[in-house]
Amino acid sequence: MTVSPSPSASPLTVSITVNDAAYRKTIDVRTSLLDFLRETLGLTGTKKGCDHGQCGACTVHVNGRRINSCLQLAAMHDGDDITTVEGLARDGLLHPVQAAFLQRDGFQCGYCTPGQIMSAVALLSEPCGSGDADVAEAMSGNICRCGAYENIVAAIQDARHKLDA
Amino acid sequence: MKLFELRRPADPLEAIRDVLSPGARFIAGGTTMVDLMRLDVERPDVLVDLNHLGLTDIERTADGGVRLGAMTRNADVAHHPWIVAEYPVLSQALLSGASAQLRNAATTGGNVLQRTRCIYFRDVHAACNKRIPGSGCPALDGYHRNLAVLGTSANCIATNPSDMNVALISLDAIVSLRSSEGDRDVAFAEFHREPGDTPECETVLRPGELIAAISLPVARPHARSYYLKLRDRASYEFALASTAVVMSFEDGTMRDVRLALGGVATRPWPAAQAARLLEGRSPEPKLFRDAAELALLGAIGRPENRFKIELVKRCIVSALAHVTLAEFL
Repeated sequence: MTVSPSPSASPLTVSITVNDAAYRKTIDVRTSLLDFLRETLGLTGTKKGCDHGQCGACTVHVNGRRINSCLQLAAMHDGDDITTVEGLARDGLLHPVQAAFLQRDGFQCGYCTPGQIMSAVALLSEPCGSGDADVAEAMSGNICRCGAYENIVAAIQDARHKLDA
Repeated sequence: MKLFELRRPADPLEAIRDVLSPGARFIAGGTTMVDLMRLDVERPDVLVDLNHLGLTDIERTADGGVRLGAMTRNADVAHHPWIVAEYPVLSQALLSGASAQLRNAATTGGNVLQRTRCIYFRDVHAACNKRIPGSGCPALDGYHRNLAVLGTSANCIATNPSDMNVALISLDAIVSLRSSEGDRDVAFAEFHREPGDTPECETVLRPGELIAAISLPVARPHARSYYLKLRDRASYEFALASTAVVMSFEDGTMRDVRLALGGVATRPWPAAQAARLLEGRSPEPKLFRDAAELALLGAIGRPENRFKIELVKRCIVSALAHVTLAEFL
């Protein structure tokens, strides 16, 4: 355990693995996991939308599960394993979900896209029915103000079919 | 966000000691606490992190029921094969709430203590009797479309927003509490309080007490259950009105009926009298409507939320019809 309470309440040191790289950083105790990724580590792929868990733009994987990084204190994740959108591509090859978003034009402005993609990748290993409506329900925590939902669902279905084949 | 000291206790006993510090609060999944800290609604001096200290088991109890550790995540409970098979109302209620991301983080114990979505509670620039006792309630004559019609007082009409809590009432769940004074169990239906003159006191939880687990009594053989949630959009939205119903059948009559309501009350609402009306009777639409009328006796509507009284009655009738459908065929 590397988080130690101190009378001054701040700062403290955390050890967090992000995209297979181990980091040990001294941070303000109030730092959200989202700000830790963006500001402390400079991994700005993860986006800040509402900062209240309502939009899904900040979705990352913690120990393989998707969560809203804005509602987590980084200090709660000492020792945890985080994956962000920067960690999806392997050996210069896009993750099948990323490729499907490009193929299907699953975005307009692109601001919500990293969150959409992180949710979609997590969805692949969650209990989820086969229909478009099942995908829409499983993706309801990711808001797209451009309204690219139709292509987002199509991209996710493409990726699921490809990975099932 | 106000500065605080973070404590990371090694086990629940240490957590119970830590939370006795002045201004100390627990943090579990963070989905309510971090949100409210960012709004300055929660301003803890000490935050006691309950992650990484256990309380994460879903296990059988001696009587064949199920015990959910307080730190089990909502998604894990909702998809657990025992819950899906034996307590479908709980799985349905959990999956009807929030989003997949939030359900992965939110915990059973945290959901029990989920705070209201009343906009005046969430706005530190507004008066709110729940946040600052005695400061007043702007919701009474203000924005209250999402607020309560049952269990209200002249001081507070804030709705308990949890879907899970409604299902737990219908399942006769038990809350297991731990403190330095010892352990105690509280019936879930007795855990939350109506606001009355003290809307700041939402539960019977005492200072220094930790929710350790929620226990579900053994599911009755052939029990049926259902959670019906009505809301403004089809997903990722709080309930305007919801109904949890659990019952079994013997010779075409309804037995062991439990009814609970959500989205319309200041606490997860047991509709016990309505459930008793159904007990031992054969299902029929007129009886369902009578039960719904009984459940809403004493409801107080205001201009923007009056529609919820009729809405929740129809929700009750519809949920009962769904659960008893096979009896009509």
